[in-house]
Amino acid sequence: MAETITIEVARYRPEQEGEPTLQSYEVPFSKDWVVLDALNYIKDHVDGSLSFRWSCRMGVCGSCGMTVNGEPKLTCATFLSHYLPGPIRVEPLQNFPVVRDLIIEMTDFLEKLQSVKPWIVREDDPAPAKGEFLQTPEQLDNYKQFSMCINCMICYAACPVYGLDPQFAGPAAIALAQRYNLDSRDQGEQERMDVLSQHEGIWGCTFVGECTEVCPKNVDPAGAIQQYKLAATKEWFKSFLMPWSKP
Amino acid sequence: MKPSTAYRQYHPKWYRTRVSTLWWSRRWSYLKFMLRELSSVFVAFYVVILLLQLHALRGGPEAYLEFQEWLKDPLLVVLNGISFLFVLFHAVTWFNLTPKAMVVRLRGKRLPNLLVAAPNYAAWLAISGLIVFLLMRQG
Amino acid sequence: MIDNSSSEMPSHDVLLVGGGGAGLRAAIAVSEVDPNLSVAVVSKVYPMRSHTVSAEGGAAAVIKEGDSLEEHAYDTISGGDWMCDQDAVELFVNEAPGEMLQLEHWGCPWSREPDGRVAVRPFGGMKKERTWFAADKTGFHMLHALFQTSLKYRSITRYDEWFVTRLLVEDGRVQGVVAIELMTGRIQAITAKSVIICTGGCGKVFPFTTNANIKNGDGMALAYRAGVPLKDMEFVQYHPTGLPFTGILITEASRAEGGFLINKDGYRYLQDYDLGTPQPKPVLRSMELGPRDRLSQAFMKELDKGRTLEGPYGPYVHLDLTHLGKKIIDTKLPFVRELCLKYENIDPVSQLIPVRPVVHYMMGGVHTDIQGATPLAGLFAAGEVACVSINGANRLGSNSLTELLVFGARAGRAAAEYALQNKPVSAGIEAQAADEKKRLEREFLHKRSGTEPIAVLRGEMQSTMEKSAGIYRTGALLEEAQADIAELKERFRQVAIQDHSHTFNTELMAALELSYMLDVAEAVVECALQRTESRGAHQRTDFPRRDDERFLAHSLVSHRTGDRPEVEYLPVTITRWPPGERVYGRPAAKTPPG
Repeated sequence: MAETITIEVARYRPEQEGEPTLQSYEVPFSKDWVVLDALNYIKDHVDGSLSFRWSCRMGVCGSCGMTVNGEPKLTCATFLSHYLPGPIRVEPLQNFPVVRDLIIEMTDFLEKLQSVKPWIVREDDPAPAKGEFLQTPEQLDNYKQFSMCINCMICYAACPVYGLDPQFAGPAAIALAQRYNLDSRDQGEQERMDVLSQHEGIWGCTFVGECTEVCPKNVDPAGAIQQYKLAATKEWFKSFLMPWSKP
Repeated sequence: MKPSTAYRQYHPKWYRTRVSTLWWSRRWSYLKFMLRELSSVFVAFYVVILLLQLHALRGGPEAYLEFQEWLKDPLLVVLNGISFLFVLFHAVTWFNLTPKAMVVRLRGKRLPNLLVAAPNYAAWLAISGLIVFLLMRQG
Repeated sequence: MIDNSSSEMPSHDVLLVGGGGAGLRAAIAVSEVDPNLSVAVVSKVYPMRSHTVSAEGGAAAVIKEGDSLEEHAYDTISGGDWMCDQDAVELFVNEAPGEMLQLEHWGCPWSREPDGRVAVRPFGGMKKERTWFAADKTGFHMLHALFQTSLKYRSITRYDEWFVTRLLVEDGRVQGVVAIELMTGRIQAITAKSVIICTGGCGKVFPFTTNANIKNGDGMALAYRAGVPLKDMEFVQYHPTGLPFTGILITEASRAEGGFLINKDGYRYLQDYDLGTPQPKPVLRSMELGPRDRLSQAFMKELDKGRTLEGPYGPYVHLDLTHLGKKIIDTKLPFVRELCLKYENIDPVSQLIPVRPVVHYMMGGVHTDIQGATPLAGLFAAGEVACVSINGANRLGSNSLTELLVFGARAGRAAAEYALQNKPVSAGIEAQAADEKKRLEREFLHKRSGTEPIAVLRGEMQSTMEKSAGIYRTGALLEEAQADIAELKERFRQVAIQDHSHTFNTELMAALELSYMLDVAEAVVECALQRTESRGAHQRTDFPRRDDERFLAHSLVSHRTGDRPEVEYLPVTITRWPPGERVYGRPAAKTPPG
């Protein structure tokens, strides 16, 4: 088995250079190591200036999304052994501005997330002391998978529509909107529809479907968007055929 | 809640990559997507042929014969062949989309995607079979 | 009331350091006291990256018939080996159900009963089933529900990826912080009328931990340096079931659902350590559902007897879930299965999971009262960073998620009330902020002569802590550790920084985090050395007995510049449950009141 493996890391130091370059490092190979371990080895023992985000190392905080050999991946769940004999190319996630090295700028997503009102909207507001809203396991199952999104931005990196048009709301934001729409406790579907039926909302999606393919948490954003389109179309027909029924 | 307004004042020098014009050639799934988009051109082509056929039908038996002769042009045969493949591809992608857009539940359990798409394929087969039957009977 | 017009010094009413579960709950609480109060959430990571996200098993609150607040209180107090302040525990169990229902109303996807009511599961050290759960991603769902809900409050301003380096204290009260905006490297003072620290624990002081990379005791060190005592720092919780190498947590829920702990002979060894007799189904407060300290200690004793297995990353035992079947595992423990498959290449449906004890939680923390207030005026703390104390000498699983809601909300309300007193910012603050900026530049950014690599110092600190302040401790080893940590602090003055960039300088951040951890390590070792008894998670082989005469008291450790820290003791508050024997797996000699 190989003793070391070569990692080619994209470096971008905005105070020194105009564009990213690739830098090669030799790191020890271990079958238990993931790409993130190799990056930490470099940071701790070779080059302390290498910058990247990471935190939980168990695939749930969503910090360590990067492009590994061209594919968007959570680097804490991507084993070196998968890429033997190497080299492994590690770059920042695509479709985002690069701040430095492997760090991308994602304020845009947070603004979009907020715009789709990802919280329970209620007309009435019963006091929690009166007890929980009842919700059967089936009702929970309706939205559960869309609530698994860890905001790792991997779906945005895989979405060519977002790459071409950064105005597009994008897979995760729409999936999270749908998560609340499908929640039996929520009454905010109409408000969210007003935001998302815009051109940059669901209609921006041309159903490439890659968001669902790359999602490390098996969320199905592509499905969420298609469901949304169907609902929006029904709504449109209804308001067209029966204008009096407008909510 | 809003991100801090002070956030953007000290704007660092971000590097922005441009999406290359050939982005769709980098990955099979992207290429598949482009082919699917392209398939709409061939669907339109079919529609035009159909309209021309109707027009010829209205023009009487002679005009229709002339139209049929025109269809035998090798270029048109090849074009029709390609169109057929694209329309097939188009139909399959559409049918596979159904379970994405529609969640069907039976006794509280979500039906697997394959089962939701299946009626589409069944209907497709049935209608194709009916057409073949009609054609064969005439022939 | 938001004043960002002067880019010189943004100012807010209430400022939170940390945006995890406690921080977000506190931010919402402030907004609900008065929507005109401007709230700043200053966090070194985006809020949804906070470590609350990794909590798996659940959150305890009495909701079902047949359970009672008294029993929850008694379980907590006996689980904490009578080190919990009982007034705080009573208040905690009282407010827990309300907070959990509130979170339910904010959209947290709690697992449900067929009739639509919230489901509960058993948990270690709890005599009744009262642990609410969202499959085995409870922390993840709680954090995202809180974060997404917080987005609707206009009065909350976020400072995402800002790293706090110092509390600004003038005229005897805290008035803000100095922080580095990571994106740009700008060093900025942000003033506030009150400050709440919610930065979580300090697991990274140890080498082998379930804790995320970000858990470096930042808030503890910030408070400690500002003169606030840290409380009960010797009580460090080991979780009995972490995956070797990665330290990934395998939730206690896996045992609550019926998992067995077995040694290399396939023997359920907990029966040898006064934790009850093995039964096929899980029995509350018995065997695998005993408290974490006792289970971790049992592992060490198995190791001494040579009955553990040996792997490339040290000794381990097995967690057996195979008899539960695929259906239970997939519905109740899907994340456990995912983690095992992804990180260990093991399928718990058919294979045994290798596990070993791993540092998990800090019972101690910034000294606060039941309002979350610290002795420093205007400064509050909540969550793992704080020590109220409801966790005593050993925290029960599923109390910490509830704690961050209950005390996050309390601290938020108290900080809001304090801010409404509207005391002006002192004149000296700006000068203090300028001093801090100079310090950071002098000691780190402009320094090019350092020789001590961060990773080396950190590694030495971690192995020192594991050797001397682990599951079993002795006076001799702790004294050695004391000298070692002092030496490491000295060497830290020569820390080597290769990165002098202003843009997202993660090396600078790592250096500052290491300096925080060294302070925390010093406090842990000092408290552990001074407490010459064994209680809960603090086990001294040279003092194996609990000593209520001398040590039914919280240790309060204070920073002394250039000298050893000073430890004082504060008696534990006892209301209704006099200290007794901790009994698991057999009937207690005397039934507890309530």
